[in-house]
Amino acid sequence: MSVLMITVNGQAHEIDVPESRTLAQLLRLDLGLTGTKIGCEEAECGICTVLVDGTPVNSCIYPAFKAQGRAVTTIEGLAQGETLHPLQREFIRHGAVQCGFCTPGLIMTASALLDENPDPGVEDIKHALKDTYCRCTGYTSVIQAIQSAARHKHGAEPLPVNDPEVDEPMEVISRSVSPQQVVEKVTGAAKFTDDFTFPGMLFARTLRSPLPHARILAIRTEHARTLPGVRAVLTHQDVPAENLHGLVYRDWPVLCADVVRYVGDAVAVVAADSEEIAAAALGLIEVDYEPLTVVGDPKFAHSPEAPVLHPNHPTGNLLKHIKVRHGDIAQGFAEADVIVEREYHTPTTEHAFLEPECAIGVPAGCLDHEKLTVYVGSQIPYQDRNQIARAMGLPEEQVRVIGTLIGGGFGGKEDIAGQIHVAMLATVTGRPVKMLYTRQESLIFHPKRHATIIRIKTGAKRDGRLTAVEAELYGDGGAYASLSDKVMTRATTHATGPYVVPHAKIDCYAMYTNNVPSGAFRGFGVTQSAFAVEQNMDQIAALLSIDPIELRRINAQKVGVTTATGQLLRESVGLLETIADVERDMHTHHPSQDFAWTWREGHKAYAWGIACAYKNTGLGGGAPDKSEAEVEAYEDGTVEVRTAAADMGQGIAHVVAQCAAEELHIPYERVRVLLCDTDLTPNGGPTTASRQTFMTGNAARIAASALREAITQSVAEMFDVPPQQITYEEGLLRYNGSRVSVGEVVAWMKQHGLDARARHEYWAPKTEPLGSGGDMHFAFSYATQAALVEIDMETGEILVKKVLSSTDIGRAINPLMLQGQIEGGIVMALGNCLTEEFIIEDGIPWTRLLARYKMPSIKHTPEIVSRLVEHRAAEGPYGAKGVGEIPSINTTPAICNAIYNATGVRIYAIPVDQDALLRAVKAGQESIMTAWSDVR
Amino acid sequence: MKLWNHYHTPHTIPEALALLGDYGGRARIVAGGTDLLIESRAEGHAPHEALIDITTIRELCDITHDGETVMIGAGVTHSQIVKSTLLQQQAACLVESCGVVGGPQVRNVATIGGNVAHALPAGDGTVSLVALDAEAEVIVNGDRRWLPIRDLYLGPAQSLLNPSRDLLLRFRLRGTKPGEASAFNRIMRPQGVALPVLGCAVWIALDEEGARYAKARVCIAPVAPTPVRSEAVEAALVGQATTDATLASAVAAAHATLRPRTSKYRATAEYRHEMIEVLLRRTLITALERARSSQVS
Ligand SMILES: Cc1cc2nc3c(=O)[nH]c(=O)nc-3n(C[C@H](O)[C@H](O)[C@H](O)COP(=O)(O)OP(=O)(O)OC[C@H]3O[C@@H](n4cnc5c(N)ncnc54)[C@H](O)[C@@H]3O)c2cc1C
Ligand code: FES
Ligand code: FES
Repeated sequence: MSVLMITVNGQAHEIDVPESRTLAQLLRLDLGLTGTKIGCEEAECGICTVLVDGTPVNSCIYPAFKAQGRAVTTIEGLAQGETLHPLQREFIRHGAVQCGFCTPGLIMTASALLDENPDPGVEDIKHALKDTYCRCTGYTSVIQAIQSAARHKHGAEPLPVNDPEVDEPMEVISRSVSPQQVVEKVTGAAKFTDDFTFPGMLFARTLRSPLPHARILAIRTEHARTLPGVRAVLTHQDVPAENLHGLVYRDWPVLCADVVRYVGDAVAVVAADSEEIAAAALGLIEVDYEPLTVVGDPKFAHSPEAPVLHPNHPTGNLLKHIKVRHGDIAQGFAEADVIVEREYHTPTTEHAFLEPECAIGVPAGCLDHEKLTVYVGSQIPYQDRNQIARAMGLPEEQVRVIGTLIGGGFGGKEDIAGQIHVAMLATVTGRPVKMLYTRQESLIFHPKRHATIIRIKTGAKRDGRLTAVEAELYGDGGAYASLSDKVMTRATTHATGPYVVPHAKIDCYAMYTNNVPSGAFRGFGVTQSAFAVEQNMDQIAALLSIDPIELRRINAQKVGVTTATGQLLRESVGLLETIADVERDMHTHHPSQDFAWTWREGHKAYAWGIACAYKNTGLGGGAPDKSEAEVEAYEDGTVEVRTAAADMGQGIAHVVAQCAAEELHIPYERVRVLLCDTDLTPNGGPTTASRQTFMTGNAARIAASALREAITQSVAEMFDVPPQQITYEEGLLRYNGSRVSVGEVVAWMKQHGLDARARHEYWAPKTEPLGSGGDMHFAFSYATQAALVEIDMETGEILVKKVLSSTDIGRAINPLMLQGQIEGGIVMALGNCLTEEFIIEDGIPWTRLLARYKMPSIKHTPEIVSRLVEHRAAEGPYGAKGVGEIPSINTTPAICNAIYNATGVRIYAIPVDQDALLRAVKAGQESIMTAWSDVR
Repeated sequence: MKLWNHYHTPHTIPEALALLGDYGGRARIVAGGTDLLIESRAEGHAPHEALIDITTIRELCDITHDGETVMIGAGVTHSQIVKSTLLQQQAACLVESCGVVGGPQVRNVATIGGNVAHALPAGDGTVSLVALDAEAEVIVNGDRRWLPIRDLYLGPAQSLLNPSRDLLLRFRLRGTKPGEASAFNRIMRPQGVALPVLGCAVWIALDEEGARYAKARVCIAPVAPTPVRSEAVEAALVGQATTDATLASAVAAAHATLRPRTSKYRATAEYRHEMIEVLLRRTLITALERARSSQVS
């Protein structure tokens, strides 16, 4: 311990702290300033940025004692009392805040930029924010917010908000209201799991397998147990009840007993007085392993030589064989005039949500917690509760899961991470226990997007009509099932693309391997199949000399057609309109009068590429799908919506609040939302499959309308007027020329023993299982995107200049935030195409550091033009359907089609390797089958 | 994870040396920490017993010019270099190479001394210092002396300096005169670690008419375990007319003598071979334009 003198946000501190502190630790642990977030501790993500004497630095690697005698400014120090800094205000106005985990870093980096450059251009902003990442927004709104704040600072009018056009806005629905808790997110007051501390709290760490496949011969924990400060060391023997969890199949050990199946499998957990002691204790646990044959890829997994990884699974390493059969495939190809058959490869990819996983367990009876409680930012709190209860041998009612804010999820926070471990450790030690994963641990541990091998054969007639699609997909499910079954089913059922295909035969093999498990990731398998489908479409177009847009128009799904799973589409199919929008925009955005798909300027080749997509809303496939919400009005005139639906930045909180405000005719500002507390909020179901706006939006809408009826009824009784004569206006009820506020009515209801509260359990329209030929899904969203690329023909470098998109989402509940979903989805998909791959070598992850996994930075952000098409879905809330995933599906093939148009080289594997691309260009090769990871 | 136990911020060189001595090999010099601390975390070793921060030693953090020689302290950050109007005139390639490293948060702490001491064969700042024929002042095993920067390197990530004992103090280089110029350029890939596929720095001096290359120094990296000058390329330029034909022969000389390797997940040897031509052309053309315009003014 040494004395550190430091001024933080204008306040001088003289504080005795360990010399080993980083500045981030000092701020968060010693000064309680948790607005500064930690995302990687590698100087990679930039979200820990603070200013030291006005200069931005990464506080995660900045030694606290380096700041001796200096002045530090953090996000908490930016606002002047209640008055927000212009950046904070403009981030809110322009919708540049989603999960909010990156927001302090972006704002601090931007504030240093504005101090230096009062009027930054787009390139200046890109230069300054190059290493400050945001995984949610896609940066377009961030750039606007910064430019707007700059104007603000020197007294000019702020920039207008780029609010998309929508049809028939209502009172609150289809209005761009601010998201919930957004002020907290821009000021650093927002609390994510790691921002909570409890008196007496212990710190936990997990011992993970260093081997992809091995038998555990012995685990010795004595040395770890006796290390001073260690409070518990637990292994499989300490799991109170069932030592297996899993969302679809329960095949994943809480703590491995006899075998480890991937690098990262949990073997033991430790709780200690400090994170450092816990980490040291891990080093003292001895595990004897006997290495076993590693199943490194799905094709080997399917071969008879491969060891069977889950002996209890009835079909061995074949987790699931998924089939689509439609029409007569032989006839389909017999009718075809042209056939294209190709094989495509997509890699394992990582969500890279900026907040690493964290969970805190508090034992029953400790610090006002009546029951065993787990705080966690999870996408599925009720299933967490179920899985914790099973492992603990407790009835579900004796476990409470409290959802905190989530710093991004994208599908990667659906599986159990530390939830069960902290429940066990808290119970054993009788104290609160926090388990925060390091970024490096998060990378190797959590389920990823499936790597796939997709062979796809497409047949078409001379006039462009598709006749048949035959496909075979291999999906690398990794060591445990997670959501592989569902994800690969989606990849399979969407493998015809959003087209009319009379004959289809599609087989998908989801395989167990010794790689990191694969699970849900925005796009849910459809991202992979679209990569193949949409490039085959362009090749068919070329063979037939039909314009690629025209070919898609000829085959586009529309109302009245049947999908390859036999579903008759009865409504809300806006694909043709999205194609028309994008075609129009391509002409407007073309640099010259005469449209051309490709052109050259010096050593730069330019080209457009196009791709379409569709994506189901909701679980579908016969799975019962329901969501419940509760709406309550209070005497002060406010309303609370309660539901366990997760908001990981995508915005379900404001969606349900808007639904309630609309139904109750009250201002949006009067509605607050309580999410994800299994004791206080009813089950909204999993936040996955783009289902929450539709499902929980409906539950909240219907509950709110029931509450409105109850309030109207009460007013009728209070003043003895017929209910039909009562009208609503801005939170007031009018009758007979008089008026009464909602709050007054609530007070009256309470006096008369009535509840000002309504609950609704919404059941989605029934769906049918795959193979039954019925409605597999109750709604689909559609999208078309065009990408304009610039290729440096001397270096192979690829720059995406523009992405034009049009998306049919039924109804834009919140147009600006919805646009944020689209922009963020597009940039994430651009990463999928050009920058991202989680590399595993024979089961050993190479991608152990964030420094080895590049997600798109602000420098990659293209100009994005996004239009909305609103073909109402009759059952959706005000006509809405899902939006979370659709924008992440067709960007990759649109870019690849553009690359082909520019260079004549077809891309069969991603992420695109500029090295191979250039060599192919030089050699006059027409395709590349290798990706970045093949550079060896 | 704790990366160090004690942190020291000495204010003078003797103080720093004394601290290093006191710890008897268990202390480590740190500057911006953007290489050291990240490597320490990645490797997950036990914490360093002590870190000795050299950036609090004032005299190591200045950029000066006495009309002839430019001095750059080892503790000067990339941001200081990028913003220095002096260096923009006197060492354009160094400014360019430091400008592409990381984002502002990294550049604000990462030092040029750290880049050199880290001894990667293609550290961006290092490549430019080699082309500028910089010399380094060091204290090696108590012995203070100047040596050409190339002589610091023993192999990849290996330098003459023992980071628990020796200090890199400053660099000196001759300023750029009229008719002289330098330029830097690099090729990156968007995936994987932030190390260049290939970097290239050139420094040239034209003859009085501006018609011929009078002198040339070229560093293309990585093509060897340490950053090296491409002497064959330099020879192909010196004394030759500033024409396309000379450019072509410089490229031919580079292709004939430089043998870049394939580095896993970074670049294939073939691609690097192609990039030698692109980079050398682009960088030389920029330098040539600069040299000509400096001659006019
Ligand atoms: C996100 C990110 C991006 C990066 N991008 C690039 C890039 O594009 N190009 C590039 O070249 N580098 C890059 N780097 C690497 C790094 O920033 C540079 O190498 C930097 O110059 C190192 O300087 P430092 O002051 O941080 O060194 P430190 O990490 O403090 O030290 C590095 C090594 O040098 C020793 N050392 C430091 N100073 C002295 C001294 N005065 N005397 C003796 N020994 C000393 C240390 O003991 C240590 O061994 C990047 C780093 C990050 C985190
Ligand atoms: S850069 Fe500091 S946490 Fe990522
Ligand atoms: S809002 Fe930027 S990471 Fe979520």
